[in-house]
Amino acid sequence: MELYERTASELSRMLRNGECSALEIARSQLEQICRKEEQIGAYITVTEELALRQAEAVDAKRAKGEPLGLLAGIPVGVKDNICTKDVLTTCASKMLSNFVPPYNATVVDKLLAEDAVITGKLNMDEFAMGSSCENSYYKKTRNPHDPERVPGGSSGGSAAAVAAMEAVLALGSDTGGSIRLPASYCGVVGLKPTYGSVSRYGLVAFASSLDQIGPFGRTVEDTALLHSVLCGRDRMDATSVERSYGNFHEALQPEAKGLRIGIPKEYFGPGISPEVKEAVHAAAKVLEENGSILKEVSLPSTDHALSVYYIISSAEASSNLARFDGVKYGYRTENYTTLTELYENTRSEGFGDEVKRRILLGTFVLSSGYYDAYYKRAKLMQKQIQQEFEDIFQECDLLLTPTGTDTAFRIGEKLDDPLKMYQNDICTVTVNIAGLPALSLPCGTSREGMPIGMQLIGPKFEEQRLFNTARAYETLT
Amino acid sequence: MDYEMVIGLEVHAELSTDSKIYCSCRNEFGLEVNTRCCPICTGMPGTLPTLNEKVVEYAVKMGCALGCSINRVCKQDRKNYFYPDLPKAYQISQFDIPLCENGHVDILVDGEEKRIGVTRIHIEEDAGKLLHGDSFAGSLVDFNRCGVPLIEIVSEPDMRSSREAKAYLETIRSILQYLDISDCKMQEGSIRCDVNVSVMEKGSGRFGTRCEMKNVNSFSGAVRAIEYEAARQIAILEQGGTIQQETRRWDDAKGESFSLRSKEDAHDYRYFPEPDLPTIVLEEGYVERIQASIPELPNRRIARYIRDYGLSQVEATLLVEAMDKAELFETAAAEKKCSPRILCNWLLGNISQYLNETGKTLEQTGIRAEGLTELLALIEGGKISNAVGKSVFDEMLETGKTPGEIVAEKGLTQISDESELEAVVRSVMDANGKSIEDYHNGKTNALGFLVGQCMKATKGQGNPAKMKEILLKLL
Repeated sequence: MELYERTASELSRMLRNGECSALEIARSQLEQICRKEEQIGAYITVTEELALRQAEAVDAKRAKGEPLGLLAGIPVGVKDNICTKDVLTTCASKMLSNFVPPYNATVVDKLLAEDAVITGKLNMDEFAMGSSCENSYYKKTRNPHDPERVPGGSSGGSAAAVAAMEAVLALGSDTGGSIRLPASYCGVVGLKPTYGSVSRYGLVAFASSLDQIGPFGRTVEDTALLHSVLCGRDRMDATSVERSYGNFHEALQPEAKGLRIGIPKEYFGPGISPEVKEAVHAAAKVLEENGSILKEVSLPSTDHALSVYYIISSAEASSNLARFDGVKYGYRTENYTTLTELYENTRSEGFGDEVKRRILLGTFVLSSGYYDAYYKRAKLMQKQIQQEFEDIFQECDLLLTPTGTDTAFRIGEKLDDPLKMYQNDICTVTVNIAGLPALSLPCGTSREGMPIGMQLIGPKFEEQRLFNTARAYETLT
Repeated sequence: MDYEMVIGLEVHAELSTDSKIYCSCRNEFGLEVNTRCCPICTGMPGTLPTLNEKVVEYAVKMGCALGCSINRVCKQDRKNYFYPDLPKAYQISQFDIPLCENGHVDILVDGEEKRIGVTRIHIEEDAGKLLHGDSFAGSLVDFNRCGVPLIEIVSEPDMRSSREAKAYLETIRSILQYLDISDCKMQEGSIRCDVNVSVMEKGSGRFGTRCEMKNVNSFSGAVRAIEYEAARQIAILEQGGTIQQETRRWDDAKGESFSLRSKEDAHDYRYFPEPDLPTIVLEEGYVERIQASIPELPNRRIARYIRDYGLSQVEATLLVEAMDKAELFETAAAEKKCSPRILCNWLLGNISQYLNETGKTLEQTGIRAEGLTELLALIEGGKISNAVGKSVFDEMLETGKTPGEIVAEKGLTQISDESELEAVVRSVMDANGKSIEDYHNGKTNALGFLVGQCMKATKGQGNPAKMKEILLKLL
């Protein structure tokens, strides 16, 4: 077995036992990236030199007998909307095609503090807007299980890299399903953490009140390990929450017995493919056979969730993306004589269609005369959705749903129909609206051999429960 | 037809906190361009604001001082618009729930007190500055001012003349100074205002259509802008026209305003709650603690000066308005070496004149209570005349010597000895027979001339009252 094929937990143990060096791990990983990248296209930037330098530093530490960080020598890929000091950070947009941040995101500092080896910057939908990774200005990432299919999005590069073993771990960001959907399509584990548990400092904002950075791994344990490093209060992010988060990977233990698992019926409606329903029901049955108690429950506001999501996220995006005006950094049009032309042409040329669509939508819903009918109502509905979850968690410990409506679709299949594309998020957006944690993990494959994902949703800050249940399922199957 | 002006003011005051409102950059003025900014205040991708709590404290102080109700739970909002000096393309401000609401300011115009309503006070961040110049093409931008904390104080349309507006602005400035929350340096733009003006038929009570004027950077500029705008509107009405609601730009150098945009073109700022910042919640007892920390404010101090020092309202107001003068007055009065009366006369007279002529601040002159009271005690004790006192004062400022030293060195002590003075008077009388004749012929101003001659003979040191007395006796 090659080093790049191993899990983070295995590599950690081997490194500590002297069975391999960090440099060997890094080289093995970089070679795999070379082999697979042409086919998969997961990376926008591979930071080969940086990775080797970091690996050497880890080995030097080891040689001196210094204590090693939690992620010592582990290759980690970073989604390209997370700022990396001195490393190009594009958000997969032409707009930031020349943007090299002079600062690290807090999560990147955390990775470095734990001696991780950063392999590069991963492809995504432009500014994290999309469900297929097809909205990247740079390249299309392909699904490692079938190169004709999308990896999901927006963190498609992250999920594909982990699935194709082009990274052991990866960071993604999730605003409406952008970690969970690609995790599901690529057959890996992905967590969208509770809002406020991971610092957003250095994450280029899409929708500030919904965005959350989260981990990808090939196993539940690996995902828990990375999450242990990521979470924590950051004084640079006023929305991050002060509390004791614990070490999820250390506290990890399979847990299914006595667990009250809610199955919300709205997540198994006609929009969900029969194969997916079947697989998730089968997974529920596995848990039930091992002592969990299944309950059918109802979240009636789910029907409004997609509208609420597209109103709130687009409203915030229209404001967050206004700073890309060609004045201070990033792309600037060559074609202008007046200030207005500078703005208009820079933004017309620098943004892709989907980003423009969201900016227009967001600008509209915030306009005077429309604000009350759209944004204000969406915020009211958000409260109702939050309340429904709160009520349901009085009688359930967690919820089990499909992650996507179906398995990965073919590249180009939904590109001309934005509404159809938006439907992909139907099972995931409510979690962001309610600020809850949710984890996607594989639960079988379709007849065509594509991975199916299921989603575990927990009450706020109950990530450990999600990991433990997922771990139980993982061990049982 | 007689018209009356209706004026409302929006005052923006920069707060003198150590650091900026949403990052840890120093809050300093006048440094090299783009040296006091960071990724946060220049809105680089991925950066986030965190609120400087001092800004809330300062704003609540102002709210308490103006008798506002304080919203213990409030939020911050984004005001979205594109401009190169606004790197995030939105300003973090407060929209529908300001920190402070429903206060007032009492102003004094022509000895009459008037209460001006204050609609609201909210916190927000300042923008950068565009630089234009002959030495470079296009415009450059300096981000140093980005994120400097501001409070915006919005008045009710309660003012009816430019004098009231000026008094309002001066009172606001004086309160900011007393609270020590703003530098109040007009020339550095630490207080700026937008002026809303309309005119109405006198006594009708029906407000006309208002116009807002931006870019008013001084109090005297505000007066000029108001007068200009009212005249412009009246001229339109007199010709049978109607006023269009619009935003205008005041050009103080030209003394004119220019239309910026009409109501139809008004910006839609698309305000919405700032998702990067949590709700501001003032803990139990916070407002009470701030309230208790408010120092004596100008109005109270004016009343006390009238009561305790016997000053007139105008005198007390003039002294109190400039906090440095008031502070010097109190310290000096507390020494009890001279009367508050002469202190007040000197502060509002010779000293104010000196400050106006030199453009210096009181602190820059080096005038201290100790030296001043020593000087004034010499005058009041009859040791030197008022005229000599003034030249001693000038010398004090120039050399930094004490009044006692100067008087002793130059032998300026006033002569009050009767026999010595009588000798002087007699010699003056001997030399001015014509004037004595005039005096006896009823030309009483001859007496003044003779006293003047006596003063001259004593090089200003003779006690003029005594010499006049001796003259009358001998005449």
